[in-house]
Amino acid sequence: MAALSPSAKAARGLDAAFIFKKALISAVVALVLFSLMIGVRTEAGPSGQLIYWTRFGDLAAMVAVVFGGSIVVELLRYWWGPVDTIRIVPPSTQNALAIARRAIAPVLLIFTFLVPVIFYDQRYILDLGILVLTYVMLGWGLNVVVGLAGLLDLGYVAFYAVGAYSYALLATNFGLSFWICLPLAGILAAFFGVLLGFPVLRLRGDYLAIVTLAFGEIVRLVIINWQSLTGGPNGIGSIPRPTMFGIPLTPGDDGLAAKLGIAFSPTHRIVFLFYLILALALLTNWVTIRLRALPIGRAWEALREDEVACRALGINTTTTKLTAFATGAMFAGFAGSFFATRQGFISPESFTFQESALVLAIVVLGGMGSQLGVALAALTMIGGFELFRGFEQYRMLVFGIAMVLLMIWRPRGLIGHRAPTVFLKHSHAISSDLVKEGKG
Amino acid sequence: MDYFAQQLINGIVLGSIYGLIAIGYTMVYGIVGMINFAHGDIFMIGGFIALISFLILVSIGLTVVPVILLIVLLVSMAITALYGWTIERIAYRPLRHSFRLAPMLSAIGMSFVLTNYSQVAQGARVKPVPPIITGGYTLHESGDGFVVRLSNVQIIVVITTVVLLGIFTWLVAKTRLGRDMRACEQDQTMASLLGVDVDRTISMTFVIGAALAAVAGMMYLLYYGLVDFFMGFVAGIKAFTAAVLGGIGSLPGAMLGGLLIGLIETLWAAYFSTEYKDVAAFSILIVVLIFLPTGLLGRPEVEKV
Repeated sequence: MAALSPSAKAARGLDAAFIFKKALISAVVALVLFSLMIGVRTEAGPSGQLIYWTRFGDLAAMVAVVFGGSIVVELLRYWWGPVDTIRIVPPSTQNALAIARRAIAPVLLIFTFLVPVIFYDQRYILDLGILVLTYVMLGWGLNVVVGLAGLLDLGYVAFYAVGAYSYALLATNFGLSFWICLPLAGILAAFFGVLLGFPVLRLRGDYLAIVTLAFGEIVRLVIINWQSLTGGPNGIGSIPRPTMFGIPLTPGDDGLAAKLGIAFSPTHRIVFLFYLILALALLTNWVTIRLRALPIGRAWEALREDEVACRALGINTTTTKLTAFATGAMFAGFAGSFFATRQGFISPESFTFQESALVLAIVVLGGMGSQLGVALAALTMIGGFELFRGFEQYRMLVFGIAMVLLMIWRPRGLIGHRAPTVFLKHSHAISSDLVKEGKG
Repeated sequence: MDYFAQQLINGIVLGSIYGLIAIGYTMVYGIVGMINFAHGDIFMIGGFIALISFLILVSIGLTVVPVILLIVLLVSMAITALYGWTIERIAYRPLRHSFRLAPMLSAIGMSFVLTNYSQVAQGARVKPVPPIITGGYTLHESGDGFVVRLSNVQIIVVITTVVLLGIFTWLVAKTRLGRDMRACEQDQTMASLLGVDVDRTISMTFVIGAALAAVAGMMYLLYYGLVDFFMGFVAGIKAFTAAVLGGIGSLPGAMLGGLLIGLIETLWAAYFSTEYKDVAAFSILIVVLIFLPTGLLGRPEVEKV
């Protein structure tokens, strides 16, 4: 059932019998797969005894969907097939696309700046914007570790949690303000990054991934079980809201609205939070781009491409890896403390493996190392995720399916190439097919 | 001492279950070189299928327990194996020659799909079943009344594991399929040049791994008397830890690692704290990878330049 080459397809024509047979096989497989899981529903009855009832209608519907879907997929594959996109798109369109590609980043940035102005009355869109920007920031932060240094980190959410909990604890126990806690949270998270980095220096690839996953789980389990410090599963509540450098955004006399002599509106705080996370995200982006041009950034990229050659060139791989972990973790810490102050309440439920996977998916979908790609991927993923808010039950199911399909469709991410940071005479775009990954 | 002996028995039983799951990780990693993240969820699906087929068999009036167990085992293995086959076909085969992160993310996506699929299909609540096999033997009774017991369920779990492990070892060592698997593990291109159907061999690897995970799922159901949609994640990481501890790619290693993880976890819970038993298991993973990156029975990895 391998994809047919165009010539083989032309020679064969549309083979209805073949497609029908394939769909039939898929339907039979689906029937067996779903027979017990969909066809029978179990539930604990009133006396605690398990009871079951049959749902053959649902089962039949699922099998029919698979049968129909299989035919549709085959037909699409037949009509679309593997096309040579480069030859099909005329040069004029390609030029236009190139210009559009160059323009997209500034246009997106300007639009983002204007979002609170345009959608001032739509609280929902502002909240969504804050959420997307949080993930953009997390994506850019993880990009330092995965995209630049090639270290596959599945426990990124641990640093996010460290940031959130350090802000929550410092603010509720010692009454420190957001602006003092923010750098502290970043430093603490970076410290945790080094803490994780040290033991895993020798590991590579999948092993590194699984150890970071275990680390993330350990952090979460400790948060759940260390009740006296973290409040356990109940989390920490009434976390102070951020102030605009000491001036609270409240309706009171000392609030910002009163001082400026304007009417108070709760939207002010949302707008403030929006610009705050935008500033943090842009800081992450700026630092990443600056670092990439510095020796340390180039060392990261060299490490990603070939660790052995890297060592042969006299690059200290230990410090290189540790700085990558620490930098990425620091940004996660910033994002975490922003998350805590935005929510006003945090609990271990917000820091599950699911979040790590989501951020990693954003980075990979964005195209490993492409800043614009990560931003677009965050917009797509979080926006798409939001569309399913009404179907809470099916959200993660659809997310999982989307992840699989996206990987099959574009394993290299949305933006498949990027410009090199340092080049000799001419800048050639680097196709991401040439970028090795996770070997460091 | 008696308490320790009892915990030892419990640990070995839990370890057998982990070992059965770990074999699936080890085989797939050995041949395809990827961590099959969805494997823990396949174990969970196996448990669900066992539960549902058991309910149906009981309600149609079957009463002979060994017959029920045998049918449940076969049904669960067959359907779960088909899950393994389908997942490989849909989510991994198209990415066989893609860049290395892609199959891993696809596997993570597949894991979400399976978890939430069973949540949507069967509900989020824990499904308990009454004990199917009761009875057991008293091995030793100490003066203060503490009894070391070996229950029939425990015996069945361990015996099933040992028998299946025997069949499986024979399969890998003596049959054509096993030879193909070992050939693919060495060098896929070379194996295909020499007439080994690589795609089919990889499919079969997933099928066997899933079937063994289904057995583990059924044993879990028998032993703990419950399944729920989320149990695959933690069991999956622990079984993976077992595979790594034993040396990934090594089949006896996976079993040994499973036993060790089961023992450590049980003893930790018995002597230190129940809350931190998972932390202990994950910490072992980190410690093992630092000091013994190739595991207890693994081959040293050659660094290619």
